[in-house]
Amino acid sequence: MSRPPYEPPAQSLTGQIVDALLVLAMVVVTLYLPLLLKLSGAGVTKAVQAAPTWESLGQNAVMAAQWEKLGFDPAKAAEIIGSRFDYSFSWGALALTALVIVGYFVVMLRWSDREYRDVIAERFGDDRPPRRR
Amino acid sequence: MTDITPQNLAGVAAPAAEPVARRVALKRVLGPAHVWGLGVGIVLVGEFMGWNFAVGKGGAIAALTACWLAGILYTCVAMIDSEITSTVAAAGGQYAQAKHIIGPLAAFNVGLYLVMAYTMLEVSNAIVTGDLIEAFTHNMGLVGEVDKRAFMVLTIVFLAWLNYRGVLATLTLNLVITAIAFAAIVTLFLYVRPWAPGETLKHGDLLTGLPYGGLGILAAMHFGLWFYLGIEGTTQAAEEVRSPARALPLGTLTGVMTLLIAATITWYVGTGLMPWEYLGQAVTPLYDAARLTGSAPLEVFLFFGTLFATIASANGCINDASRAWFAMGRDRYMPVWFGAVHPRYHTPFRSIVFFVPIAILFAVSTPLDQTITLSILSGLLGYTLMALSVVIFRRKWPLGTIDRGYVHPLHPLPAILLLALCAVTYVAVFLGYGSQLLAMMAFFIVASLWFALHRYKYVRRGDQFTMRWPKPNGY
Repeated sequence: MSRPPYEPPAQSLTGQIVDALLVLAMVVVTLYLPLLLKLSGAGVTKAVQAAPTWESLGQNAVMAAQWEKLGFDPAKAAEIIGSRFDYSFSWGALALTALVIVGYFVVMLRWSDREYRDVIAERFGDDRPPRRR
Repeated sequence: MTDITPQNLAGVAAPAAEPVARRVALKRVLGPAHVWGLGVGIVLVGEFMGWNFAVGKGGAIAALTACWLAGILYTCVAMIDSEITSTVAAAGGQYAQAKHIIGPLAAFNVGLYLVMAYTMLEVSNAIVTGDLIEAFTHNMGLVGEVDKRAFMVLTIVFLAWLNYRGVLATLTLNLVITAIAFAAIVTLFLYVRPWAPGETLKHGDLLTGLPYGGLGILAAMHFGLWFYLGIEGTTQAAEEVRSPARALPLGTLTGVMTLLIAATITWYVGTGLMPWEYLGQAVTPLYDAARLTGSAPLEVFLFFGTLFATIASANGCINDASRAWFAMGRDRYMPVWFGAVHPRYHTPFRSIVFFVPIAILFAVSTPLDQTITLSILSGLLGYTLMALSVVIFRRKWPLGTIDRGYVHPLHPLPAILLLALCAVTYVAVFLGYGSQLLAMMAFFIVASLWFALHRYKYVRRGDQFTMRWPKPNGY
């Protein structure tokens, strides 16, 4: 038996503008501001040498020649060569991140399935036993 | 405008639900070559910039490993995507697929993944365009200062205008400039004489093993995705393709093959010319590689190759992001105002214009590695859901119950492999960019709450299912 179609409320133009601005605000607050305030981004360590040479920077003759063709001397290259990613991490932080990702997918799939049942019921008719409706 | 009542969508003859009302739609003008151009055009830029951050995260050898692992990941994506897309052919690509296969909240999230992935890729392209022009004018000794931000803004605005005017001209332009960009990579490869190792390419002196040890191989997988990210964008044009069942699998799979070849060439040339520390942070590595050969004509060719690749990519990204947003507006997942088609150009003009300010904001003030990471994360979330989606798809409609344009082999192996490689990539992003990963998750969680608790009340329930399929198993 087909379920009577759900009739959504009409959204005013003001409401549409507010919704569009909310999406923009979500992008700016959660993605842009953390980058702007340097709360997120690459975690790196920097090693500084007082008077670097190609040898002290671990560069052989071929490497040094390529750096120089690119317009670098040892002092300029030292900043790049001394910059390394910091891969130290806590297992707790990794577990928390995994929990957030897995939890997000689990809740999203379950919630989606609930909404999907309504879509199918309205589109094809609802022949599920009454207790499951 | 074209009518897209369900019988026009995929030619499926199965008994099904009642047709829905007529809806506005986009023009069907594209063939397999356009699909290839759209996919490769978006992605080819990944050979010109961004992939080399994988070298920075793990060293050259780790980047090669990541390149091939990511190639396997995208082969799975192309196989799964080709089956689903050739069966569910509607604007919005994976978004429309999630709507029919998983449910509304998942579809909303997929729509956002697409929009964010392509918008951040567009932003990255604009950043590289600005940096490239600044570097080129400096290297050529031109007098005066160039403000790269002006070129970033100009790139975004010009391409948005081009997309506003029409899809056929836009994608035909992509086809031409993609071919030129690909020719630039091949020319560079031939010029450095790879058959004579040690002459121009110095792998023996420049390859340094694994500076971060085994962990570096894992970490490099983060930017390894950049070699291919966006190939699934072919599906965004599903509603504008003349024969989706033929053109989408053909265009997508030949696109992956093209990129596998280009990725390997790119790695080989880049690591044979530059020390890994420089390569790992370069904004325009192939242009730098051309400079290192000492050939001025080649440097100019690679300048144009890089420029064309970034423009082709940004062009395709605007096309894809706006179509996903358009589809969401048409379905009321977003305000219906975005679901309008231009009466003359037949393009989703409001969706195109809406993202221009966001793209400009990020382009002029955000580092390249971070916009790339935002794009990669959005793509990664989409691939994770894609692996789950194909399993659900086969369970709800087993083979033989509906017409499929293409059936991918070895199911569920590609889905399992894809899920495993996605898990590896999450860990790779966590290493070094953990806070950005959590910021991205916060965005999608907040957006999901907004949709589930507020926005969904404006959505018609039954109208979301438009395919002429039988009722899914289990419902």
